[in-house]
Amino acid sequence: MTHLGYLVAGWGIALFVLGMYGYRIVRRGRLLAASVPEDQQRWLTSSGDDGSG
Amino acid sequence: MADRNTSTSSSGSRLLGVTTLVGLVGLLLFAFVLTEPDVRLHPTTGEEFGQFDAVRLLYLHVPMAVLTYVAFLTCAVASATYLVKRGPWWDVTAHASAEVGTVFCGLVLVTGSIWGRPVWNTWWEWGDVRLMTTLVLFLLFTGYLALRRTAADPQRQARRAAIVALVAVLDIPLINRSVEWWENRTLHQQSTLAELKIEDLTLFTLMLGFVVFGMVFAWLMLHRFRVGWLEQALARYEVETAIAERHAEIETLDLDAAVGETGGGT
Amino acid sequence: MREMFSDARLVATKDLRIEARSRVLVNQVAPFALLVLVLFGFALDADQRTLRTFAPGLFWVTVLLAALLAVARSASVEHSDDAHSGLRLSGMSPSSIFLGKAAAVFVQLMVLEVLLTLGIVVLYGSEIDDPVLMSLTAVAAAVAVATMGTLYAALASGLGARETLLPILLLPVLAPVLIGATRAFDDALGAAAVDGWAWLGLLAVFGLVATVLGALAHGAMIED
Repeated sequence: MTHLGYLVAGWGIALFVLGMYGYRIVRRGRLLAASVPEDQQRWLTSSGDDGSG
Repeated sequence: MADRNTSTSSSGSRLLGVTTLVGLVGLLLFAFVLTEPDVRLHPTTGEEFGQFDAVRLLYLHVPMAVLTYVAFLTCAVASATYLVKRGPWWDVTAHASAEVGTVFCGLVLVTGSIWGRPVWNTWWEWGDVRLMTTLVLFLLFTGYLALRRTAADPQRQARRAAIVALVAVLDIPLINRSVEWWENRTLHQQSTLAELKIEDLTLFTLMLGFVVFGMVFAWLMLHRFRVGWLEQALARYEVETAIAERHAEIETLDLDAAVGETGGGT
Repeated sequence: MREMFSDARLVATKDLRIEARSRVLVNQVAPFALLVLVLFGFALDADQRTLRTFAPGLFWVTVLLAALLAVARSASVEHSDDAHSGLRLSGMSPSSIFLGKAAAVFVQLMVLEVLLTLGIVVLYGSEIDDPVLMSLTAVAAAVAVATMGTLYAALASGLGARETLLPILLLPVLAPVLIGATRAFDDALGAAAVDGWAWLGLLAVFGLVATVLGALAHGAMIED
């Protein structure tokens, strides 16, 4: 296979960054969810907004 | 689900996540094993030319580039809607799509550069319109995210961020046009998909790339949106508890003061 | 409409009067701009032919850097002593306040551009081939920079990090102005063979869009 180094670098960097980003979001979500009371957590059924989405 | 309230995942997002991972494995299989490298024969000299195996980077680069634009467009629409309707839902959507879009945009620049080195023989091409537009776009939204990280009143910050996002997206055509005139050559038009000999399997792999990275995008958006939502809920909750604590404090203080007064009097 | 423009003139006169008393442009911004021209000279090894070739680009980079100072100053005038509350309570429309402040910045930028033109003629040895194209370009680009700058300085103020936030927000937006104005100057100064008038058209479009957008956005922003 030609250009193997470029292929590994390109796919490697992209998948690594996406993985790390996803991991950070999930971890931050866990931390936040632990400190927000249950009745205020739901994103689509909260008061004070048009939960139309 | 028992652990529903300890994370941003739900049964739906978990299903999406698993499907995405399976899709990624499938995409890697198609991109690296099942498809052929791009090798063409010159019509007169019969020499081999083309992108060879570097073409396998495009199955990642092209879908991400398109999704970057989808993300920034989503951000602009959500921002405009926020300015009109003022719901927190739109604000959180705008912020989430800008952040995910910036991550994608950065990766598009990096993977494009890595692809350009063997194919165009350069890491960076100043004259390329799409390249330069994408770079300026990346910088614009870096500024947007910097604005969102300031410690300001959330409402004020949300409104200003919405304006910044709208101006940024409206600026895109002007940037594009000016770069196009600035350097009247674009490598993208010479050697992108239009010139590739796209066979059924290549096309299928590219489409699969769109689907899989679309799912990655959706999964990230879903979780990022929920994080943003929880951040707002936490801020609200903290204000409420602080107020409640003050009330409680004042009540006990009054009591103490009253007791102190009567104590001093006797 | 008429009221809007007379209000705008009032605000512009106020800002220019503050400038005339405090002399920040004369004492700080203009010397800074000349300093940047000299630094470019050092950086490019003071080779006059190189400097003449790149004079249009250096000119406009200098204008952008100096404009950052000018618009930040324009916004901070309102920010000190809570003057913007007074301005808001005056009953003027946000659009006319915006137009007034942008006009004041525009006037300052024009003064700066005249100074810098002298600077590149004297220091870099530039020769002006087409004064009409050059002055029209200077005006159109100054409109674009002044309106966008005023809008972004207002956006960045009151967020707690405006000194560092303003450049990263404003400079990418102004990328088309830098390209367009440099190319038009390339033509006007005979530094490169390009069609400067087409670039002037692009600058005019940008200036117009920026003015309308800024006036509208300022209204949406000032509500808070």
